[in-house]
Amino acid sequence: MNLIDVNDVGKSFRTYRSEWQRIGRWFGLPTRPSEENWVLRHVSFTIQKGEAIGIIGQNGAGKSTLLKIITNTLQSTEGSVAVNGRVAAILELGMGFNPDLTGRQNVLHAAGLMGFSAEEIQNAMTDIEGFAEVGEYFEQPVRTYSSGMHVRLAFAIATAYRPEILIVDEALSVGDSYFQHKSFARIREFQEQGTTLLIVAHDRAAIQSVCNRAILLEGGLIVKDAKPEEVFDFYNALIAEKENAKVETVLLESGKVKTTSGTGEAEIQSVELVNQNNEPVEVVSIGERVTLIVSTKVAESLGSLVMGFCIKDRLGQIMYGTNTWHTKQVIEEPVVGGEFQFRIEFDANLGVGSYSIAIALHDRENHLSANYEWRDLALVFNVLNSGVHLFEGCNWLQPEIEVNAI
Amino acid sequence: MGGMLRGVWQYRGFVLSSIRNDMVSRFAQSKLGGLWVILNPLSQVLIYALILSNILAAKLPGIDNKYAYAIYLMSGLLAWTLFSELVSRCLTLFIDNGNLMKKMNFPRITLPSIVIGSCVLNNALLFMAMLVIFALLGHEFNAAMLWLIPLTFCVVTLGFGVGLLLGVFNVFMRDIGQVVPIVLQVMFWFTPIVYPLDIIPSQYRDLMSFNPLYPIIDGYHQVLVYGLSPQFESIAIVLAVSLFLVALGLFIFKRAGAEMMDVL
Repeated sequence: MNLIDVNDVGKSFRTYRSEWQRIGRWFGLPTRPSEENWVLRHVSFTIQKGEAIGIIGQNGAGKSTLLKIITNTLQSTEGSVAVNGRVAAILELGMGFNPDLTGRQNVLHAAGLMGFSAEEIQNAMTDIEGFAEVGEYFEQPVRTYSSGMHVRLAFAIATAYRPEILIVDEALSVGDSYFQHKSFARIREFQEQGTTLLIVAHDRAAIQSVCNRAILLEGGLIVKDAKPEEVFDFYNALIAEKENAKVETVLLESGKVKTTSGTGEAEIQSVELVNQNNEPVEVVSIGERVTLIVSTKVAESLGSLVMGFCIKDRLGQIMYGTNTWHTKQVIEEPVVGGEFQFRIEFDANLGVGSYSIAIALHDRENHLSANYEWRDLALVFNVLNSGVHLFEGCNWLQPEIEVNAI
Repeated sequence: MGGMLRGVWQYRGFVLSSIRNDMVSRFAQSKLGGLWVILNPLSQVLIYALILSNILAAKLPGIDNKYAYAIYLMSGLLAWTLFSELVSRCLTLFIDNGNLMKKMNFPRITLPSIVIGSCVLNNALLFMAMLVIFALLGHEFNAAMLWLIPLTFCVVTLGFGVGLLLGVFNVFMRDIGQVVPIVLQVMFWFTPIVYPLDIIPSQYRDLMSFNPLYPIIDGYHQVLVYGLSPQFESIAIVLAVSLFLVALGLFIFKRAGAEMMDVL
């Protein structure tokens, strides 16, 4: 049995010529809505126990509507949703808080709203108080709280009990970084204990670090349902999509998907990583000096040309990235047919692992106004440890460690 | 129906704590706190008593207490405040809680249950205050006052039935929210609360039979002012109509539930 089964779900918001027609419908009169506005259509997917799924998409793509339908606060117009397990949904933090009540009273109140009995709440009270870290403010009215305290208390209540399914809608983008670390730690802990996650976020790093699957919604339809890395690359290309742009995906031998997009006004001819002897390399030692060579050609007349690159780890998290706009090396009004070579020399101060390089050609500080070409997985290389001490992580910090007896 | 009752029972802790919170938050940071529940209607009594007692006092037959008019006023207002509070709070209930209903999954029926509980509690407090004032005015407690329990039930049924229907419709047609306070005001003056029935010219008196509140208010008067039993027949009719309204309201509430979320 699937944990969540979303079957051909559609949601339309209906307008009637007169509200009386709407009321007539409740009594079975055959009135028709004058306008139907579909925000979700033909959405189907299943979720198994233990999966962690990120839902991404632009504003208005239907992400929140979908979560509300799964949470059962909104009813789908067509199709069906079956959920087998207790759902805890954090669609907004601090729902049901009463500003005049103390933290403790609000815990009772808000947890009651989630359907817990007074006894269950009392049992979890110490835990909630501990997680919220509001100190003596726990006995003060919530209106005197700072927004950080407010968020921590709300999150503590929402996650006081481990649910089978946890649904989070951008709630984690609030709060300071301390809170974000803390809340993510708790989500990971739930995940390890078997909770299934369904998260909406715009933060690529957050989704890639937690999720093992992502669903991209666009205009109320599922356009991609795959590994987060692949979906994000596709999404990135999609938001830059212009009238004559194309998005191309190619399955590589490694099983990864290479995504290329852009208008083609400027093209990437070749991407190479060479060592100090100018030999192309696929394997690099930690700290070795290497050069990334990007050759480009201008196909049509442009206002400006900027080359950007970034190095990602195997999960798609960005290790480093910049572009020639930030380094003040913009090529203004390049001639049509002109070829440019960019050489980026750097020390590979990275941890052991596999890395990929993405290259982008665009006009200004980012690729949103004009995207000439964007190529994910343009090049893949491995970093090996052949000489430095063993270490964890993705950064070679070249520490100098002194040990003194005192 | 069964599902709704189960929902309320399952969320009883939440309903009870909400009723308490309602009290707490309404008077948070006010010096007199809960006293305002009582002071508000009582100040109304004082105003009417001061302004109208000289004009009307002579016309209250069958009672020899010189504060008879004040007692009459309070009895009527006791029923009226309960009714109007129920209607006006149910009216904006779903609009006010729109965000909560969209973001949390809980039995919706708990919201009107909280309103009923909190209104009845307020009314009980007001009644106790009135008993004290009655005693000060030399009007003793009598056994007939126990009739207030079924009478309160009638007011709650009527107020809840009307309020729930209007509250659901108000989500879709916001004009209702503007019209209802005016209608309530008209109803207040169309019901013998500040005046006795016999000052209405006799040819218009039959119009009262169209006022569903009249039999109930009359019952309050019989019980509190005169120490008699209420008139059962007319109250039974009102109660039947009220129960029908509640059933209709719950049916529509259930039917409209999904669409309500779309509009809120």
